[in-house]
Amino acid sequence: MSETADRVKKIVVEHLGVEAEKVTEDASFIDDLGADSLDIVELVMAFEEEFGVEIPDDAAEKIATVKDAIDYIDSKQ
Amino acid sequence: MRRVVVTGLGMVSPLGGDVETTWKNIIASKSGAARIERFDPTEYKCRIACEVKPADHEYGYDPALDVDHKIQRQVDPFIVYGISAASQALRDAGLDDMSEEERLRAGCSIGSGIGGLPGIESESLVLANKGPSRVSPHFVHGRLINLISGQVSIKYGLMGPNHAVVTACSTGAHSIGDAARMIAMDDADVMLAGGAESAICPIGIAGFAQARALSTAFNDTPEKASRPYDVNRDGFVMGEGAGVVVLEEYEHAKKRGAKIYAEVIGYGLSGDAYHVTAPHPEGSGGYRSMEMALRKSGLSLSDIDYVNAHGTSTPLGDELELGAVKRLFGDNLSTMSMSSTKSAIGHLLGGAGAVESIFCILAMRDQIVPPTLNLDEPSESCAGVDLVPHVAKERKVRAVLNNSFGFGGTNASLIMKAI
Repeated sequence: MSETADRVKKIVVEHLGVEAEKVTEDASFIDDLGADSLDIVELVMAFEEEFGVEIPDDAAEKIATVKDAIDYIDSKQ
Repeated sequence: MRRVVVTGLGMVSPLGGDVETTWKNIIASKSGAARIERFDPTEYKCRIACEVKPADHEYGYDPALDVDHKIQRQVDPFIVYGISAASQALRDAGLDDMSEEERLRAGCSIGSGIGGLPGIESESLVLANKGPSRVSPHFVHGRLINLISGQVSIKYGLMGPNHAVVTACSTGAHSIGDAARMIAMDDADVMLAGGAESAICPIGIAGFAQARALSTAFNDTPEKASRPYDVNRDGFVMGEGAGVVVLEEYEHAKKRGAKIYAEVIGYGLSGDAYHVTAPHPEGSGGYRSMEMALRKSGLSLSDIDYVNAHGTSTPLGDELELGAVKRLFGDNLSTMSMSSTKSAIGHLLGGAGAVESIFCILAMRDQIVPPTLNLDEPSESCAGVDLVPHVAKERKVRAVLNNSFGFGGTNASLIMKAI
């Protein structure tokens, strides 16, 4: 796993209170990790803080899986 | 009118994460007061409080037992305490797994005096320092007072009345009284009722200290600071926590063979119509709420063996409540005992009336009345009243009266009896 993936996974575990093993790259925040739409808003804010990137609302709406988040962050760094 | 009984109890307090631990410590005359740990209080006039203790403490509280990690992160502590106390109460009543039909007739009335003050404070700082796009999306529903009732109804699928009282320090008592009426009026068969508070944060301590409500003379001996009726009292000690009871329609409880702790038989309410923080100089509001509760209960004063006083340890409030109790009880004063458990756990504000109602119920169950700590030198007007100084007292307890009075001049009194 890349460094970005490790840091994303850590934030997801802390915010959603899920077991680390469940946070695979394919995992969907809503369907697999029990998040609701507001949890995703909060996660996106945490990613912005952690990586010093800005994730505009239209991009945030497309982030459905852990991999979507990692890819977006990597593309901006 | 349908009869209403108490069939479950739940609590989070500065002396325990559950009812029995708290009660054991109350009866053992322990104090939950200490120097504030949650923030550095060095610059504050009041540097003490009765904080809920962490899970690794001898009588600490573990939120993880009943509240999801995610919810703990998103909401203010008063909501977390409330969910814990409600969960304990439902389990105690054996109602944590009701059918859909039962859940349609089960509701919540769990309030708070202030609500999510720590979160309002901290998110305001986020707004000021980092801007609006950094404010949590959970800010609003993590701070709202009715979100204990909301969260609990979602957790347990309770689809009956969903209500939340906000009457400052009378909240807990009003919540129980209002919920009992909902059952009596056939709006529900089961109600979770009570109150919660967690306002021990910089703005909360500063605000109450500026209102001259908090004790400031005992910062070096915190356990001595809450001393209702003592001549050296100088204000209340802030507490935190939650108390929730399960109220149930009597026949409903009897039919399922539930353990019945007590019957709620009297509820009185009144307004002082006098001043925002000071009680009426003749204590007339408190007197009228007690009198109404007594009238509704159908009991005689001689039936009431224990009064859990509002008794916050403020110079004015204690004296006026005592005067009102003396006038009401008259010749029956000598046979009852009255104490303030705020001497041990501080003032839980919106949670006070609920945890104190639970202490009243346990006094009837165990035939013992809890003490008023630190009553070293009772004020002159205490003569002729058994205020249970220092140590708990075994005695007959058949019926109890609980008083709660709040800022704004709002008063509530509850009378319960054993059945």
